[in-house]
Amino acid sequence: MQMTTSLGVSLLAAAPPAQSHTALSMFLAFVAATLVITYFSARKSSGSSAYFAASRRITGWQNGLAVAGDYMSAASFLGISGMIAFFGYDGFMYSVGWLVAYLTVLLIVAEPLRNAGKYTMADLLAYRLKQRPVRAMASLSTITVSTFYMIAQMVGAGALVKLLLPGISFNAAVIGVGVLMIIYVVFGGMLATTWVQIIKAVLLMAGSLLLSILVMGHFGFSFAKFFEAISHVTYHVKGEEVTKNFLEPGLKFGAAVTNGWGPLDLVSLGLALVFGTAGLPHILVRFYTVPDAKTARISVVWAMLIIGLFYIMTTFLGFGAATILTPDRIVVDGKPNDNMAAPLLAQALGGEIFFAFISAVAFATILAVVAGLTISASTSFAHDFYTNVIHHGRERAPGEEVRVARITAFVVGALAIFLAIQLQTINVAFLVGLAFAVAASANLPVIVLSIFWRRFTTAGAVCGLAAGLASSILLIILSPSIMGIDAADVAAAKRHLIQAAPLFPLTNPGIVSIPVGFLAAILGTLLTREPSAEEQFTELAVRANTGLGAEKAALH
Amino acid sequence: MPAPNASDPTPESAAPTDVAPLGRAGARPPHELTAAEERNATDWDAVAADAGFTHLLASKARFIIPATLFFVIYYFTLPILVGWFPRFMERKVVGEVNLAYLFALSQFFMAWIVAFLYVGAAAGWDRQAARLVAKFAKR
Repeated sequence: MQMTTSLGVSLLAAAPPAQSHTALSMFLAFVAATLVITYFSARKSSGSSAYFAASRRITGWQNGLAVAGDYMSAASFLGISGMIAFFGYDGFMYSVGWLVAYLTVLLIVAEPLRNAGKYTMADLLAYRLKQRPVRAMASLSTITVSTFYMIAQMVGAGALVKLLLPGISFNAAVIGVGVLMIIYVVFGGMLATTWVQIIKAVLLMAGSLLLSILVMGHFGFSFAKFFEAISHVTYHVKGEEVTKNFLEPGLKFGAAVTNGWGPLDLVSLGLALVFGTAGLPHILVRFYTVPDAKTARISVVWAMLIIGLFYIMTTFLGFGAATILTPDRIVVDGKPNDNMAAPLLAQALGGEIFFAFISAVAFATILAVVAGLTISASTSFAHDFYTNVIHHGRERAPGEEVRVARITAFVVGALAIFLAIQLQTINVAFLVGLAFAVAASANLPVIVLSIFWRRFTTAGAVCGLAAGLASSILLIILSPSIMGIDAADVAAAKRHLIQAAPLFPLTNPGIVSIPVGFLAAILGTLLTREPSAEEQFTELAVRANTGLGAEKAALH
Repeated sequence: MPAPNASDPTPESAAPTDVAPLGRAGARPPHELTAAEERNATDWDAVAADAGFTHLLASKARFIIPATLFFVIYYFTLPILVGWFPRFMERKVVGEVNLAYLFALSQFFMAWIVAFLYVGAAAGWDRQAARLVAKFAKR
């Protein structure tokens, strides 16, 4: 079962359509605008707080848009609308968890994190524990999550370009995306990244809104007609005509179509989303860019409004594609392609210009997400690993931390380009699920326990992070995402990496790995005692709940 | 150690400047201080013992714990009902719109409503926290 999208699938490109020049020029306009922003941000990005946290002067609504822009990936925009176009209701249900997850961010994590931290998630974790082991593990987990997620996005970007702009090769697309993200992060720091994400969020919302209006216009703005059409979608499965009610659950995750494991897998995915989003390092660093915890809270609410509206509009796109195009016409080179539902719908309803616009929005989406991932990985390496683990919390020269972060961003970007090109024929969509599983199983238990449990110790944090990370990765390797026996005629891009029967039945490990992360953190704590950590709990609690002594916005 | 010769300005070996840790010279502005550098910014134990603080924590817990339990249960009811009771969820409510669709849609409004209730409650906590900050902040 493919829970996320098949963005990683590389398909042969169609003949170059005429609109690709329009799409390219729109995309270049976006790139030009973001480079101008990077230029102006670069002049402001001196000093750690400016580079890593945009001087903590981003406002609530701006950060809300940026969080949304950081979060809504191409997998959401193209993947979920495609899932709805092919499987109806199940795709809609899949999208719900992505919004509900923000309640965990809002209620539990955002404000304590902002009040007690400086640049990274590890600031909170290491607050009252031993700095070096905790930061080393947290940094490893952060970089793992960011890299997995980034490779999935980059391979997706390459595959997408081949579909939308057949004139450009996979490698050129990956290198282009990689170089741009390196430029944003190395020169513009968090400020440029933030504005790239804000512009992307606005473009994505505008594109989705326009397309939703066109879909409703097609049905004379009548919900009755729209739902009538959704309940009778006629298309062909293996040459036979079928009519299905796309409002009925079960077409994708139903027990009947998934050897019985589908419902449990969906619960497991829900756990990874609801507990993982609040542990995603690239989302968490965004809360350090605002002046105080209250603004962090307001920004989560803005993000929830935008993300919620986006997923509701995605259902219009998905159901619109299902009814107006039907799955029969969402094909590339004669093969069904779920990533193309939204762009092809735009083409059918708004013509070539609109197709080009939606394609450009999809690229902007990928760029904003990978830039956010790059800066969170490089911040964590520079601040947690280099400064605090290797150099015991001291900068040896002014600006060293920022310099290390810039070099790291360059290395991370180059590595991501290399890996994406190497992995282009492999279906890497499972890496997104893996990133959420690691965030939920390793990061979240330790964040929650360190905020709420006085007795929590360094050993507990290290055990929780290590066990959550290891169990997520191990279970994914044993899952049907990696293990499976393919028939000889299966395309290389769809083949399983290990040709053997899967040892773990679910594609989402959360339902097992999250309890493992929590249990390891609790056991590690109960087996050790750390009086200094318990003493400092009072201080952490006061800081987290009152904002006393929290990092301030820059004065300039 | 012999008394330093006032006429000889040559610094002693291992004078404080020679062993000072490498790092940024001079005082940092407040926004650049790390938490470790301002551990004593406030008398944390005094704040923690203040009735206002215990009241703040209790009032937060009264909202956050039930709200978290509520949204987690409400959310997981969806995949559980849809996954194991699909026939029940396929019941049509208005026209072609079925229970499964309405329940999934309601999740969006549930999330927004909980978020707005939280913001309302948090405004009260901000006032309590501001009183504590005014009482205990040293700078």
